[in-house]
Amino acid sequence: MRPVEIAPGIYNVGVRDWNIRDFHGYSTYLGTTYNAFLIIDEKITLIDTVKSDFTDEMMANISRVIDPKKIDVIISNHTEMDHSGGLPHLMSVIGPDKPILCSKMGAKNLAAHFGNDLKYQPVADGEAINIGKRNLKFIETRMLHWPDSMFTYAVEDKILFSSDAFGQHYAGSETFDDEVGELIMPHAKKYYANILTLFSDLIQKLLKSVAESGLEIKTICPDHGIIWRKDPGAIISAYNDWSLQKTDQKALVLYDSMWHSTEIMADEIVSGLLATGVKAIPMQARKWHRSDVMTEMLDAKALIVGSPTLNNNIFPALMDVMTYIKGLKPSNRIAASFGSYGWSGEAANLLATELENMKFKVVEPALRVKYIPDTASRDLCFEFGKKMGEHIKAS
Amino acid sequence: MDKYVCTVCGYVYDPAEGDSEGGIPAGTAFADIPEDWTCPVCGASKDDFEKK
Repeated sequence: MRPVEIAPGIYNVGVRDWNIRDFHGYSTYLGTTYNAFLIIDEKITLIDTVKSDFTDEMMANISRVIDPKKIDVIISNHTEMDHSGGLPHLMSVIGPDKPILCSKMGAKNLAAHFGNDLKYQPVADGEAINIGKRNLKFIETRMLHWPDSMFTYAVEDKILFSSDAFGQHYAGSETFDDEVGELIMPHAKKYYANILTLFSDLIQKLLKSVAESGLEIKTICPDHGIIWRKDPGAIISAYNDWSLQKTDQKALVLYDSMWHSTEIMADEIVSGLLATGVKAIPMQARKWHRSDVMTEMLDAKALIVGSPTLNNNIFPALMDVMTYIKGLKPSNRIAASFGSYGWSGEAANLLATELENMKFKVVEPALRVKYIPDTASRDLCFEFGKKMGEHIKAS
Repeated sequence: MDKYVCTVCGYVYDPAEGDSEGGIPAGTAFADIPEDWTCPVCGASKDDFEKK
């Protein structure tokens, strides 16, 4: 990818990673981008770098705009290696004495990654520097989503460089929101669900403090995906809804099956839910990627999870995704469990305990069916789905 | 002595261990930690901790 001028004198010198399909366990069907931003002013400034494998491409991009040796200041909004990987090589080219501005925790974390020889210069929340015609202000966003995370705001341009917030794992041919349109929102939603759900309370606080400070935001430049220049309000408003953990009248029926019996139960439960007018999304654990399951979980009021009993236990594929959901801590949800079994049948009850451990409110006793569901059992499952639909509508 | 958990990142302060990096010797009760001490994991302030 060649550099793109995103505002007069400000370039995206980052790269597109067209071919990545697994980003630490997150399925990236359309790749991702590592954005890095070069500001040409009296002091030439670079905000963030790229994953180490792409360092040469980033250096080539910078060279197409300016001699990299002329860079005066580096700003590191986030230590995670998809944004800092290019730093050691960059510093060896431009001179290791150039200042790297970062948060207090950023200085600690960067030193832990790259040693103490570089010149980390911590900045405080609200602090600003002047780079010539422009002032750059720093906003600490601790634990969004690492201890070191921060935003950089270009005051005169009204551009927010938002690091991992407001991003999407998307490597299309477009650069801006107006070029890709509504199609970008599902990617932004998946990104929030899988990266930021856990930090929803902190995001609520941040959005409130940004609104109160009256910060005018014309453009948002995240470190992944497209740049929001036409309607930055759309993604801020979506973050407000997601961080409030707003849910729809929707149930996620997550299950797995050995000989189709638990699958038949799931199908009847979905029918029961639909009969009450509630949206129901069936997802078989071994057929869906955990990060897509989490995306559906983001606005589902209920998680209904089903497993056959394998060796007196829950199917492993379900525990993979349950562990994943548990870590992201969706809150204010209801739940129930079900499952077919051959002899002892522990799985459905074990799942109910797991759901309680995940702080979901279990609203129905676990539903169990021995061997293949007959007509009467099918009706029980249908009624179970209807009951769950009524719980969803009532909550 | 009670353990305290950081509401920002989940780090648990255990008085039995203290925080050697932050200069807090083992055996120091949470209440006796100086007010300017910060979470060794995420940098949150002492106010951000809750009793576990």
